[in-house]
Amino acid sequence: MDDVRVGIPRALLYHEYAALWTTFLSGLGAEVVVSDPTSKTILDEGVKAAVDEACLPVKVFYGHVLDLCRKGVDYIFLPRVVSVERRAFSCPKLLGLPDMIRHNLRPFPYLIDETVNLSRKPRQLYGALWRVAAPITRNPLRIAQAWRRATKAHAEFQDRLRCGYIPGIQAAGASGGAIFTEMGRADAAGAPGLTVAVIGHSYNVYDRHISLDIVSKLRQWGVHVVTADMVPHQLVQEEMERMPKDLFWSTGRRVLGSAYYLLRSRAVDGLVHLVSFGCGPDSLVGELVQRRAARLRTTPFLLLTLDEHSGEAGLVTRLEAFMDMVGVARR
Amino acid sequence: MKVTFPHMGTMWVAAKAILEDLDLEVVVPPMPTRETMSIGVKHAPEFACLPLKVNVGNYIEAFQRGAEAIVMAGGVGPCRFGYYAQVEREILDDLGYPYRMIVLEPPKGHLGDLINEIKDFTGQRSLRRIYRAVRLGLAKMAALDAVERQAGIVRATEAEPGATSRAVRKATNLIDRAALIEDIRTAGQRGLDFLEAVPRRDGEPAPLRVGLIGEVYMLLEPFVNLDIERQLGEMGVIVERHVYLTDWIRSHLALDFLRMDHERETRKAAEPYLRHWVGGHGLESIGNTVLYARRGFDGVIQVAPLTCMPEIVARSLLPVVSQDVDLPVLSLFLDEHSGEAGIKTRLEAFVDLLTRRRESRQRAGRPAVAPQLEVSGHRR
Repeated sequence: MDDVRVGIPRALLYHEYAALWTTFLSGLGAEVVVSDPTSKTILDEGVKAAVDEACLPVKVFYGHVLDLCRKGVDYIFLPRVVSVERRAFSCPKLLGLPDMIRHNLRPFPYLIDETVNLSRKPRQLYGALWRVAAPITRNPLRIAQAWRRATKAHAEFQDRLRCGYIPGIQAAGASGGAIFTEMGRADAAGAPGLTVAVIGHSYNVYDRHISLDIVSKLRQWGVHVVTADMVPHQLVQEEMERMPKDLFWSTGRRVLGSAYYLLRSRAVDGLVHLVSFGCGPDSLVGELVQRRAARLRTTPFLLLTLDEHSGEAGLVTRLEAFMDMVGVARR
Repeated sequence: MKVTFPHMGTMWVAAKAILEDLDLEVVVPPMPTRETMSIGVKHAPEFACLPLKVNVGNYIEAFQRGAEAIVMAGGVGPCRFGYYAQVEREILDDLGYPYRMIVLEPPKGHLGDLINEIKDFTGQRSLRRIYRAVRLGLAKMAALDAVERQAGIVRATEAEPGATSRAVRKATNLIDRAALIEDIRTAGQRGLDFLEAVPRRDGEPAPLRVGLIGEVYMLLEPFVNLDIERQLGEMGVIVERHVYLTDWIRSHLALDFLRMDHERETRKAAEPYLRHWVGGHGLESIGNTVLYARRGFDGVIQVAPLTCMPEIVARSLLPVVSQDVDLPVLSLFLDEHSGEAGIKTRLEAFVDLLTRRRESRQRAGRPAVAPQLEVSGHRR
């Protein structure tokens, strides 16, 4: 029998769980197919297929699913990730995504859309793994082994993110590694260039097409780039504990917590926040970060709203102006 | 301490009653106007949903009337509303308004937290006093809901445009002035009598019936929904909303068990399309569309603020639901730029479509009221 072909859309939570999902599914014995990196075609198709009111990342997701349909897969892996930690959730659109895809893009390959809700019952995960595996294998040993490998791969992936590796762009290795182990300013260690943080949802920052490859552009200019994933969880947690009320979106928490940390510690020379047009959490998180930055007046801040019409020229101009400001502020 | 709260339809009547019964001085913000909106739009985040903008406008206008503290609801997500109070506090701080913000978070597991919070800002009123006050507020809400439900029916056949809305205003004032539970019941009854007394047109075919679904704030606050209930009523349409004040309070304070049967029915009706809650009223919007079809309604209108996350999920699924249960659905996503004339045109076109649809069905010998429809599942 041929291997079961399972497709994973290269969008939304894939950018956080790439290692976990691919390792787990291939460990089960599936042939894993990931959709192509976002392109103009994928984006255009997604925009056409989704409702107008949807946010950019959801439209992009539709495009990736269509790309997988074209590639021919037996299943599409689209878990309903409700919650991955206590009292924090994904955004409502992620909760409804499997249903939106099922009804908007039919006829259609089968979905593996198991619900993951670890908000109250972390043990729920094991049942979910079993049901995800069901179409591929029912061998409990194999599932357990695949999951062990997957969590290990996920931990390594997260370590690399923390060390400055930016998915889809390059392994920064040594050049990105040092700064956040000691959390000092880059120049304290003798690094000459400017350091700029690019924060936002991983599916915006790590998607080169959507982010208009802002990270590579900054690097070409000799700027050292820092992402939210490089800020240790502990520091994010401490920032959130200082807030009167914790934020109930997992990804929003990381963005807000790391932005607050970077502003407070003055660890970077500039802060760029990438937000998607139409994103609910971003509309509030972006506002909070902007207000904090304006109040502290220590770190230049740029809020970039990305949509399907974002043009490269406009972005470069704004980025150049911002970097001028960062340079002046540094002096 | 003079306290205020944001507007949401007639909620002010109940909120005022509760706070005053706890011996607090209450400043009801002026009814929202274009001015309120432009204050809110100026200071609130551009891409925030509309209710937040109007809230900020309410607070600033209430401040000008002497308010010192705000009572606001919290939430546990994933709808943005749960974090409104936090963002609003930051905005007001930056603008230099020395407001105290009291956020009533839904109890995490037990009611104790909420009660302690209320005790804290009411100067340690006894549990009994709090219970009395809340009971008073709930009674007012129930009375208001009954009046508004009835108004949705009466307005469709009123002989003189505006007569129903006048009766509702009179009833609201009576309920507002009632101080004891018994008075509130009487006031509510008199309110219904006012509506009964509205002169009606007769000899016309049965009015169309339209269900309003969508986001609760937009449905309850006529200022932001451009008075959609009145507009539809004056076009001769019976209107029913899928949430009324008491429904919102119940679901927001996690008191869902009080109306479990209906919740279960809605969830079950939504299941073929949406198998999980998505925050806000997204799941209810889908479920109630199916239920409205079963009850033989002529159409459904979804009302939501632009960028509303739960309602976008519903919006994505509604075309499929609409086709399956054979019920026309109109979606209206509104923001500060929506104008009454534009919405009116769309409503007129929709009502026109419903009228013709009914006529052609009658000609085809099909009953005016759609038969009970069994929904086919799409399990794929």
